[in-house]
Amino acid sequence: MNRYWELLKRELRLALRQGSDSMMVVGFFVLAVILFPFGIGPEPSILARVAPGLVWVNALLAAMLSLDRLYQADYEDGSLELLILTPAPLELLVAAKVTAHWLTTGLPLMAAAPLLAIFLNLNAYDLGVLLLTLAVGTPALSLIGSVGAALVLGARRGGVLISLLVLPLFIPVLIFAVGCVDAAQHAFPWTGQLAILGAILLGAVPLGLYASAAALRQAAE
Amino acid sequence: MFGLQNPTKFLKFAKLVGPWFALATVLLIGSGLWIGLFASPADYQQGETVRIMYVHVPSAWMGMFAYTVMAVASAIALVWKHPVADHVAKGSAPLGAGFTLICLVTGALWGKPMWGAWWVWDARLTSMLILFFLYLGYMALSGAFDNAERGAKASAILAVVGWVNVPIIKFSVDWWNTLHQPASVTKAGMPSIDPAMLIPLLLMGVGFTTFYATLLLWRVRSEILQTRIRNIRLAQIHGEG
Amino acid sequence: MSEFIAENLTCVRGGRAVFARLSFQLDFGQALFLLGPNGSGKSSLLRLLAGLLRPTAGRLVWDGQDIAEDMESHGARLHYVGHHDAVKPVLTVAETLHFWARLHGHDSESRVGQALDAFNIARLAEVPGRLLSAGQKRRVNLARLIAAPAPLWLLDEPSVALDKASVKALEAAMAAHRAQGGMVIVSTHADIDLPDAAILHLDDFAPPNQEAA
Repeated sequence: MNRYWELLKRELRLALRQGSDSMMVVGFFVLAVILFPFGIGPEPSILARVAPGLVWVNALLAAMLSLDRLYQADYEDGSLELLILTPAPLELLVAAKVTAHWLTTGLPLMAAAPLLAIFLNLNAYDLGVLLLTLAVGTPALSLIGSVGAALVLGARRGGVLISLLVLPLFIPVLIFAVGCVDAAQHAFPWTGQLAILGAILLGAVPLGLYASAAALRQAAE
Repeated sequence: MFGLQNPTKFLKFAKLVGPWFALATVLLIGSGLWIGLFASPADYQQGETVRIMYVHVPSAWMGMFAYTVMAVASAIALVWKHPVADHVAKGSAPLGAGFTLICLVTGALWGKPMWGAWWVWDARLTSMLILFFLYLGYMALSGAFDNAERGAKASAILAVVGWVNVPIIKFSVDWWNTLHQPASVTKAGMPSIDPAMLIPLLLMGVGFTTFYATLLLWRVRSEILQTRIRNIRLAQIHGEG
Repeated sequence: MSEFIAENLTCVRGGRAVFARLSFQLDFGQALFLLGPNGSGKSSLLRLLAGLLRPTAGRLVWDGQDIAEDMESHGARLHYVGHHDAVKPVLTVAETLHFWARLHGHDSESRVGQALDAFNIARLAEVPGRLLSAGQKRRVNLARLIAAPAPLWLLDEPSVALDKASVKALEAAMAAHRAQGGMVIVSTHADIDLPDAAILHLDDFAPPNQEAA
């Protein structure tokens, strides 16, 4: 477990000092959402109606933007080999990388969501539910995305490839997250959808960690 | 499995059974099409359009079946490292993608007269669309590496991950569909099957399966031979060096 | 009783047998040179010994135990120095060394200090990786060997980019390591002085009749 914290600390330190992708990810997220009123018109009721879907689709795309750097730098500079040779389960190290990815993308996305709620005319209650879905859903995105990021190491056009691999797998998260906020907007019970989202997250933990570790091992061969 | 993980034995096997599969395909699909198009009744509700079903439904089956074959072969390749399993997985993908595409296109052709639109977000069609993208991702990944072994391994992991996700995607799409489709708009769906329709459907189903098997054997054969050619070339390069 | 034994290793890469039926054994304090032309499989052998690659056939035994049974313990007993130096542009030399030492399970100021001194990079301790030259990065990578103790060193052309003084420092580090019973396996084109090291010519294990494969 010490090694988990060590790697997490290093990843956060790297993210902090490199000026990090975080700001760009958030910038992309906010900007992409702001484009929609121009595309579909500024009618507040329409915006509020599509807000959950808008925020979530763009969160998905924003989370994906930073995925291709998740393992790429370590793969290129030889750190990945040393991480694999570290006397600890590789899954634990993957968990640290995924945690770092979430802290530097998922969490900032959540921080930006209230701003978007204002732009999109979303009320405070719905925003609360939206934040809950982001809190449960974005870690699942990081976990599933980690598998894609590990698989494309050494591939041609890896960055574009990730989106093709990962986006179809993001669909269940999108469906239940947006369904949850939609239900809240219409004053229906929404905890069921949130529970399913939680179940998806629980399932994504073992799948994401084992599959990423397997992919990293074969990438280092 | 019967020693088929050995490429040489597999080649022999493919040579032996391939023609029989091909023959069965011609007979089954031929008779299935004839009965389906001419010797079976039109549906009282859907009219002649129902005949699209004889292609649409079997290709949907095969689209899903081929993905399962691909995932199982990938798992075998990852665990036991049988070279033929890799070829089976790789060979199955474009076939499955093709069947899925046929399913989507015939679905659109059928949807136009039935629903009045080329595309409606019907749960089954939507799932097939996502399946199609899973195939595309698999094929893109397996072709994205200069080293063929890496491509095979990476895409094998992807196939297994995708396979685990297929039921989850199916479940979420079904849920999403019931949420957005008011109950009054009943999905026309496939009609309850009349025996006169069941026979050609089954003929086509089995025929598509043997068709898939024939093509798969063929593709795996050519993959094995390609690998051998590549190895001979490599040996020559390094033999000179 | 030999400590580290390779039995009939065969390595197939990209459909080509790189070497076949390669065996050796190494005792405490011994060193092994891997020699051979480009493409003869020196790097592949080192990666295989590290456990990054799995042998197509054959096995590796450490102290009577097959390493495939417990890859984690194998990772704990070795240091691998490959072609890349694993130096991050924004981390200082000291941070890099501390990180890898901690990941390896040993961290002490004194050992990291020793490592910095051994490769004469103590004055670079607070310099971030992006300012280092190729030779300095290589020295940081080599300093990992000392920062966390491990009995088996696997070095893939460690002298690349090193000046004469640094090669001497590496030789001294290897000598000290062997004096304490450590093992060293080195592949090299340049001359590294390793007294009474065994020599393994990879050409001797080139698979027979490649053309007929």
